[in-house]
Order: sequence, then C-alpha cells, then structure tokens
Amino acid sequence: MDSVFGLVIKRVGLGILTLLAISIIFFMGVEALPGDLAEEILGQNALPETVEAFRKELKLDLPPHERYIAWLGDLIKGDLGNSLANGRPVADLVGWRFANTLFLAISAAAIAVPVAILLGIIAALYRNSLFDRAISMATLSTISFPEFFVAYILIALLSVQMIIFPSISNINDQMSFWQKIHAIVLPCLTLTLVVVAHMMRQTRAAIINILASPFIEMARLKGINRIRVIVLHAFPNALSPVINVIALNLAYLVVGVVIVEVVFVYPGLGQLMVDSVSKRDIPVVQACGLIFASVYIGLNLTADVFSILSNPRMRNPR
Amino acid sequence: MSKLEKLEKMLAMGKISRRDFITRVAALGLMVAASPALMPTPAKAATPKKGGRFIIGITGGSTTDSMDPATLTSNMNQNVNWQIRNSLVEIDHEFNAIPELAESWGSTPDAKVWTFKLRKGVEFHNGKTMTAEDVIFSINHHLGEKSKSAAKGYLKSIENIKADGKHEVIFELSGGSADFPFILGDYHLTICPAGTKGPEFEKGIGTGGYILESWEPGVRAFSKRNPNYWKEGRAHFDEIETLSIADTNARTNALKTGQITYMDRVELKTVHLMKRMPGVNVSATTGTAHYTIPMRLDQSPYGDNNVRMALKLAVNRGELVKQILRGYGEPGNDHPIAPVNKYHAKGLEQRKYDPDKAKFYMKKAGMLDHTFNLHAADAAFAGAVDAAVLMKEQAKKAGIKINVVREPDDGYWSNVWMKKEWCMCYWGGRPIEDMMFSVAYSDGAPWNDTLWKNKRFNELLISARAELDTDKRRKLYYDMQEICRNDSGTVVPMYNQMVEASSAKVAHGPISGHMALDGMRNGERWWFA
Repeated sequence: MDSVFGLVIKRVGLGILTLLAISIIFFMGVEALPGDLAEEILGQNALPETVEAFRKELKLDLPPHERYIAWLGDLIKGDLGNSLANGRPVADLVGWRFANTLFLAISAAAIAVPVAILLGIIAALYRNSLFDRAISMATLSTISFPEFFVAYILIALLSVQMIIFPSISNINDQMSFWQKIHAIVLPCLTLTLVVVAHMMRQTRAAIINILASPFIEMARLKGINRIRVIVLHAFPNALSPVINVIALNLAYLVVGVVIVEVVFVYPGLGQLMVDSVSKRDIPVVQACGLIFASVYIGLNLTADVFSILSNPRMRNPR
Repeated sequence: MSKLEKLEKMLAMGKISRRDFITRVAALGLMVAASPALMPTPAKAATPKKGGRFIIGITGGSTTDSMDPATLTSNMNQNVNWQIRNSLVEIDHEFNAIPELAESWGSTPDAKVWTFKLRKGVEFHNGKTMTAEDVIFSINHHLGEKSKSAAKGYLKSIENIKADGKHEVIFELSGGSADFPFILGDYHLTICPAGTKGPEFEKGIGTGGYILESWEPGVRAFSKRNPNYWKEGRAHFDEIETLSIADTNARTNALKTGQITYMDRVELKTVHLMKRMPGVNVSATTGTAHYTIPMRLDQSPYGDNNVRMALKLAVNRGELVKQILRGYGEPGNDHPIAPVNKYHAKGLEQRKYDPDKAKFYMKKAGMLDHTFNLHAADAAFAGAVDAAVLMKEQAKKAGIKINVVREPDDGYWSNVWMKKEWCMCYWGGRPIEDMMFSVAYSDGAPWNDTLWKNKRFNELLISARAELDTDKRRKLYYDMQEICRNDSGTVVPMYNQMVEASSAKVAHGPISGHMALDGMRNGERWWFA
C-alpha cells in the first residue's frame, strides 16, 4: 500500500506544478488574443475614452506579468478574484455552474458506465455473434454522429413528437430534485449515447484479450460455465484498461460538453468559459481552466490508483 | 381656450390624428401633460388581462453581461433593464416621445435649455421615492471622465444638469436640440436610485413594472410584477422569466413545446414552416435596423466619389433582400433613415442595380483594374459573408473586381470595423434622424466609420437639430438624405425586419419597430389573452 500512498503524494505535487503551468498558458493565450475586455464588452459602441476609462477601472493598463502575479497572489490566499465584466466574485459564478456540470456528468455516467460494461461483457461472451455485431454497430454509429445531431434527433423524437421530456434543460433553484432529473433526461441520454461505445469496446477487447490466457483455459477445463469464467475470472483481470477508459470518458463528460450545454440550454461551466474567452474575462477563464485541468489530473490519478488496487501484481510489487 | 386645449379637443373629435396632435404640441415647444385618456394604446385584442408567467427565449445573452446601465450590451440585459426600470421618456410604436418618469417637458425657443417635470410619488422597488436627485445621478452616471458608458457619445451636448426643487430637472445644452427628449428615451438612460454603484447595479433596483428576483448573466433573469407599479395599463404578467437561448433550434423547439412563450430571431430559412405551426404566431416588423458597408474615405481610392458611386450602383439590393433576408427586409437607399422614421424621404429615388452606370463611373475614376477588398464576417450580421460573395458576383457584371476577405468573428468590432478600408457593418438605427446622422455621419463623430466630411451636410445637421418647425425640419432632413445617398461613403444595401415568434396565447397592441421585442418592452406591453 505504501507504493500507492507514495504515488498519490508524488502525483499531487506534479499536479500542482501542472496547474501552475496551465494557468500561465491560459493567461498568455488570452493575452495573445487581439483586443481586451474593455473593447470586447463595448464592441461597436466603444469610444476611445470610454475604453480607456474601463481599462483603468479594471487595471487592464498594468503590464501583463504584474496582473498575473497579482492574480496568483490572490489565488494562494484562496481568492479567485472578481469577474472583470460584471464585478461578481468568480467563486459565485463558477460554484453553482460546476455543481450543475457535475450533476449532469454524474447522471450520465450513472447510466453510461454500467450499460457500457454490461454490453461489453455480453459482447465478449457472445463474441462474433449477431448480437455482438449489432451492439458494436449501434454504439459506433452513435459515437460517429456529432453530439448536436444526436441531441436534435432525441429532441425531435422524445420532445416534439412524443412530448415526454422537455427540449430545454434550463434547471434552476425553483425546481425540485426530481424536476431537475426530468429536465436533464435528454442531455443525459445524448451524452450516454456518445460515450458508451468507447467504454463498451474497451471492456470487450480487454476481456477477449484475457480470454486467451492459460488460466482461463484452466478454468474452462475445470468445467466452470462461461458466464462465471468471464464475470469472475476474466473481468477482474481486465479492469485496469477499462478503468483508464472510464476515467477518460468521465473527464470528457465534465470538460467536453459545451455543445450539449448550448443545445439544451443547460447552465454549466462550458458556456461560461466560452463566453469568458470571447470577452477576455481572464479571471473567469483561469478559474474554469484550473477546474477542468484539476478534473483531468484528479481522474487520471484516481484511475491509476484503482488500476493498482485492482491488480494484485501491482498492489504487491516485488 | 388655450392652443393646447384646442388641439386636445380636435384630437378627441378625430379631426387630427394622434401623430399630428403630438407633433403640433411638440411644435408649441412644450410637451405638456396632455390628458392621458386621449392617447390610449390601441389594443389588438380585448382589454389586457393580468396573470401568467411570460417566458422569453432570447439571443445575445452572455455570462459577462451586467445590469449596469452603462454597459447594457446584449439583447438580454436591455430587455430585462426595461422590465425593472423606466426612462424619463418612452418611445412609442409610432416613434413619438411620450411621458414616462417625466410627466411633461418643454424647452426654451432655441431648444437649448430643457425642463423636465418629474412624476410625483413614484417609488423604487426598495421603497425610496424617486426625485430629481436620482435622475441627475442616473444621467451623470454616463458622463464624466470615469464613464465607460456607451451612451456617453450622444450625451456630449449636455453642459449642465440641475434640479429645481424635487420634481424638476433642467438640462442645459451646448447647442439647440429639438429632439432632446428622444435621447432621454434611450435604453441606457434608465433611472436608478442615487448612489448606486458597482455590483449594486446587479440587484436591479428601479421603478419598473417588475421586481428583479434573480439574475444570472447569460443564463436567466426572473422578475415578479411590482404590485406598486405607478404606470396604468401596463405590466400584466405575474412573472417574467428571461432565458438566454443562443441556439436557434433550441429556441424554436422550446416555443413549439410550450417551454417558452416568446422568441426573438426566428431562423429565416425555416420561417415558412414555423408559420404553419399551430399555436404559434410569427411577427415581422420593419424597424430602424439596417446593414451598412462603410468605406474609409481617407484610404485610396475611396476618396473619389466616382468610385463610391460605382460601388453603390454595382449592388443588386433586391437580390440581397431575397437571398440573404429571404424577403424579410427592404432595400436600402444609401442613407440610414429608415422608412419607419418620421422624416424618411419617400420621394427620393430608390437606387437601382445598374452595371453599365457603375462601369461608367468606375472607368471615369480609372479604377477598373483595381481590386476592392471587402472585409466580412458573420459577426457584422448573419449572412454578411454570403452577402459579400453575392456582391462580388454582382459587381463582376460591371467589370468591377471585389475580393472578399474573410475575417474572424472574434474581435470583429475592434479589429476590422473602422480599421479596414471597406467592411460589413450593422446599425440598430435610431428612432430619430438627428441621432442617427450625428452618431455615424457627422464630421468628427467617433463612430463616423467612413470619416465622411461633407460641409453642407454638417451645416444642415446643426440647423435641423435646433429647428422646431416640423415642415422646415422635414425639408432639411430630406436634403440631408439626398446628400448622404449621393456622396457618403456608406453603401446601405438593406433594412432587415425583426422576425420573432410567440405563443398564440399572448396578445399585444401594435408592435414597435424601435427595437427588437416590441421596442424591448414586450414584458410591459404584452399580456395573456
């Protein structure tokens, strides 16, 4: 177990360095874009003097490195700063949106992960059968379509034609938990359809890979039935690659869903980041960037830890 | 009988129209409190009913939006702003300035000093009574060195604002301005309690028909009817939910499935299908909004009017309206005064596509070999790139070479507009001629995007501004439109209609072309039938 603990410490340290590097890259990236917040907000209505006044108020007239260091200083004190555009604390802007993003991601994962693993196991069990091919074709088709297309099809069928679920998922505080669940069914289904294929295929491939091992042959020779062989003997040994793919897809569900957010008018973090980049609202961009990066780093770390724990050979290295 | 009473009587007897009545009263130099009973809004349906939740799905909302009146830059916060706040003056659907928080107003004969009498007993949502102090604070918010307000540009003529007692505000201007009340009808100039600053603006305390309950920029605003609203016959809904829905399909589906009651910017490609949808009404309103294609006159060869004339003649406006706007618009006549504006020059000949004439002018300028770079991005207006390509093909018939330069949407207004020699642009238009010309066509105006300097035009502009006589003003504005059409550096190819859709359950009076969403006041003016 010491090895796991050491790994976590090391990876968290590296993660913090990565986050620092990412914050610099984000800052430089936004700086490199033409124009600044004052110009972008005022747009066609900008006057040279109003832009100047705006810049002064926001301290955008200071050199970039000074602004970065000031931001970093505040961050270390635990202050994410205020949005340049409307003066709201970044923590207020980001907090509830991140909760929404997680809500959608977890709901989608709660459907997608079990379904993908189950389908993967069944596909491995009935390898090369009609069923296996049908599942592969169906899931690969849904992953091949652009997300918005899947979303529109679902809206057309389940919202416009059959009127079962709402076409927009603009959840808010006035709704109860079950109302929220009802509102997010369609984006949840869309995301499920988009991520299932990857996890399902990986599960299937990993199990089939293990099925060629001598200990599986041994188990078969002992006369254990096929389902038991796959579920109890093959699957635990195939977990490591499957966990990695699940982690990757979970990260995607958190950071890569801006299109689904737009189509379903879901108030998540993605739209906030897009708007903030287009208006050059650096503190908000930084906060979103750090959250997304942390999710990636955190999930990767979790995947590695689980891989080690699930594998006795790695759990007790010699 | 005073002159005013006479006019009131004539109006009541139907001898003169409301528009005439207002212009004549305005000509008296004193827009006094004409009896409000004489000027009811003609209702399309029966009398308005109270109740219901009105849900608006709107474009343009951004998470960076603010409720500070100085930076109301999106459709969404502009609409919410007028749900919760009032201006001194309201601009009605016939482009008249009618009393709002100001009960009446009048000016000195030279239109330089304006006195506004404020309505008494109006309370803000926090219980404070509105007085001259609040009005002065709210206007000054846009002025001064530290102002970042988009309204600063057209408030420049204000030299001094002072209160006379609690219910009178006096504006002293640097020059005569007969249309000054219209300027105070601008959406930025809503009245907030004195002393509001920074994030306090986000609370949205105003005198408006709805009280802001929650406001999340770029996502949602929620407001409830102000039980204490001073304006009669307005603000009929119990609640208004304003949702930012950027995706056209999402708006359309939400309206069809009844999740919203109103949407702006209907997709023109599918509007014919939408019109067939049961339970949905589609409205198309011509307003002052128009597309422009400004050339920088300080850059060669645009300084030569032969070149400008040739380029104006080489545009097939009819085809642009048909292809880009799918018929939802009207051809422009190379000046910015819309057909709905009061002094629109009806008699002025419509500019037609004439490749031969265009070629003639271009040859005269010796520029038939020149390639004209036309910078375009859809950030200017939806379909701007397509319009540029169409123009390129149209100009080819006149032997004129246009090269379409695609620009990024991102940062278009700061990097392309007013920087590149010829580019696509959009103007929301202004309710009055003077504002439109002053903002974008007068010499030295910061948004004069062509750097056009026509001496005669600028002289006429100043004399028309201070002229209180309607007929004389009409003549002056007609002349200016003609000069603009024949000399300015802007091609005005078309006026786009505002195409919006609503649930058949809601009713309304005549729709204003002043701004989108019924002059941005649909929350106050509409009701559930």
